[in-house]
Amino acid sequence: METLFFLIISFVAIVSAILVITCKNPINSALSLIMTFFCLATYYVMLDAPFVAAIQVMVYAGAIMVLIVFVIMLLNIRVDATKKYTHKIVLGSIIGFFTLINTVFLLLKSRVSLPTGPYNKEIINQIGHTEIIGREMLTTFLLPFEITSILLLVGIVGAVIVAKKKL
Amino acid sequence: MENLNSYLIVSAILFSIGTIGVLIRKNAIVMFMCIELMLNAVNLTFVALSRHLGNMDGQVFVFFIMVVAAAEAAVGLALMIAFFNNKESIDVEDVNIMKW
Repeated sequence: METLFFLIISFVAIVSAILVITCKNPINSALSLIMTFFCLATYYVMLDAPFVAAIQVMVYAGAIMVLIVFVIMLLNIRVDATKKYTHKIVLGSIIGFFTLINTVFLLLKSRVSLPTGPYNKEIINQIGHTEIIGREMLTTFLLPFEITSILLLVGIVGAVIVAKKKL
Repeated sequence: MENLNSYLIVSAILFSIGTIGVLIRKNAIVMFMCIELMLNAVNLTFVALSRHLGNMDGQVFVFFIMVVAAAEAAVGLALMIAFFNNKESIDVEDVNIMKW
């Protein structure tokens, strides 16, 4: 039953990912991308990571995609079918195919010395996924956590400076 | 939980589709969305391997990738708006004033 569910979700994710790069209208591409994000959130639930699934829906499918759709509608881009692709479509497909082979080989064969940890399904359900993530983030990864706040600040200032008409 | 390899294969397929999209599309916003797709494929790999190994470091990294993606979305879309104000176009082939 779970295998069948996994196959259905994989089919929807891959078909909507292909629709992202083939739709003429950017709005349709954005909606297909949101569909892919929801499929990935389903995967995260199946992998016992409910908090990651929640922030996937809230941050990605909510905040970032709303920003992209907002910019598409603000710029009001005309759909021009004759100028959709570059002439590099065959070359791009070949490079993508080799990327696929390379990535599959790399992911399936290169598991030599990865660090293992104590968290299995019972411990995650007993303590709670959010609490484990928060504890890891504010103890082991405290310095990267603070640096990301500086990164977000720089991102806000940079977006305002760049999008201004004149300084 | 499903087999780990099936998650990794789905992640590899999504990453390759994102690569093809970046290479063949001309619309800068669609290229941007393909980059988001590649970042999400990497996130799926992180979560699957983290769950398989019982180590939570991968899921903390997913948060950092999401932060970087949010900052990238803000700055990248601001760049596209600035470019559209100058050229009235969003095609990447029109970005050629530094070409000699």
